Amino acid sequence: MLELKGLSFEVEENGSSVEIIKDLDLTIEDNKFTVITGPNGGGKSTLAKLIAGLKKPTGGKILFDGTDITDMSITDRAKLGIGYAFQQPVRFKGIRVIDLMKMAAGHDIQFKEACAYLAEVGLCARDYINREVNASLSGGELKRIEIATVIARKTKLSLFDEPEAGIDLWSFQNLTKIFENMRKDKDNGSVVIISHQERILRIADEIVVLADGKISRKGTADEILPQILGTDAAVSSCAMLD
Amino acid sequence: MKELDDIQKRLIEEIADLHEVPVGAYNFRANSELAGRNTTANIDIISKTDKSGIDIKIKPGTRKESVHIPVVISASGIKETVYNDFYIGEDSDVVIVAGCGIDNCGNQDSQHDGIHRFFVGKGAKVKYVEKHYGSGNGAGKRLLNPVTEVYMEEDSYMEMEMVQIKGVDSTDRKTVAELKAGAKMVVHERLMTHEEQYAMSTYDIALNGDGSSADVVSRSVARDKSYQKLDLCVKGNAACSGHTECDSIIMDSGTILAVPALEANSVDAMLVHEAAIGKIAGEQLDKLMSLGLTEAEAEEQIINGFLR
Repeated sequence: MLELKGLSFEVEENGSSVEIIKDLDLTIEDNKFTVITGPNGGGKSTLAKLIAGLKKPTGGKILFDGTDITDMSITDRAKLGIGYAFQQPVRFKGIRVIDLMKMAAGHDIQFKEACAYLAEVGLCARDYINREVNASLSGGELKRIEIATVIARKTKLSLFDEPEAGIDLWSFQNLTKIFENMRKDKDNGSVVIISHQERILRIADEIVVLADGKISRKGTADEILPQILGTDAAVSSCAMLD
Repeated sequence: MKELDDIQKRLIEEIADLHEVPVGAYNFRANSELAGRNTTANIDIISKTDKSGIDIKIKPGTRKESVHIPVVISASGIKETVYNDFYIGEDSDVVIVAGCGIDNCGNQDSQHDGIHRFFVGKGAKVKYVEKHYGSGNGAGKRLLNPVTEVYMEEDSYMEMEMVQIKGVDSTDRKTVAELKAGAKMVVHERLMTHEEQYAMSTYDIALNGDGSSADVVSRSVARDKSYQKLDLCVKGNAACSGHTECDSIIMDSGTILAVPALEANSVDAMLVHEAAIGKIAGEQLDKLMSLGLTEAEAEEQIINGFLR
């Protein structure tokens, strides 16, 4: 179980401090499929980075299975069982797909195991394991590999930051199947996806709408979807227009 | 073949990936002496009479054969300059593995300067692998100053893999090449310096014939207080194409000076240079740490990949 208690994150911008996340409370139960959505700039990616440890909160606490992980490094959080898929997959010179999969699995995996993880994201291992994780791969391919590294970790909590970002619509149609499969397979632990895609929102156990650094709505897909689809709730948070 | 001691065997493993005597032609040099030699019907190895070194003569049309000429130094205080000339016959296709390993536990400097000249015949194809490695914790330095000269005839092809990853205190590498029409040269250099090491690598490549091309990619890592100077010069003297790339990671208090130079003496020469120096990207560390690696482990993986 992941608990965020009074979580805040502020940055200095042009001499004044700006609050990106504002005193946020949120609990993610075990084996739940949670989708965080909301307008751009609402703090979704920042929240994911705070959970994974890429950013340190300026206030509040993060508890994972009761352990306070607020001051833990990225590495220690990863070892405790937090997986995180970057919105913009990182490229490496010389590191091959198989190397990344080995690091993700935490042991020396064989072709067959790599094949299983890559097949889950719709890639044929034979074509990819010896490719370098660099700009020679397309945005969609990098994204799939990024997701495969998180699947290979078999963590208790997997965070995916906008898996649809930077992917063409056709590729994304296939990608959504990955998450639908994850949803069916409860062995995958808790899954938290930041997404704007209706297909992803529909399979959520819980939808959290984050706007202006705060949770503006929270509930099941049936409760939340009618409120945000076809309205401007997920696209506009401009106080001047309210 | 003379029996090599354990240190020499380890050095041979490091520089040539050899666990036993290789198949094909070879010439092993250990502590300035000939330790073993084998020639084949197509590849002859002859000791020079006027100075230290060997002539390697590969008959025209020799295919799928290899020559290993490793050098190891396990005694402190050896200083040598060795002249090796390779005559590669027309239309042959061979692999040449050279390299030098120095283990210096003593207080005196050990130095090996290998002067290699390659005469690559028309249409011949050569893969050349050269690895340099140093070990031992004596106060004596491990010094390597290789000079490589490559003369390529028409339509010949040469691929060079030059690697120096560990333990060489000071190196001044010079590579000079002249290419005739249709000749192609591909170089992959990998360099890593530690502590207070000093490495200088200079390339001077002249593309003299129409249709000749060179692609030189240098990847280097400077750690601790080490210093590197990379000086890559390509001259386009005909309708040719040249590409050079210096890509470096700087760490700790290292220094890297990259000096790219292109000289076009023909209106049809197409020359490109790329150079980048920077520390390891923070997001690369973040990604690998998010897979459970510590920062130090992540750094090691990133550098290993970069220098692959």
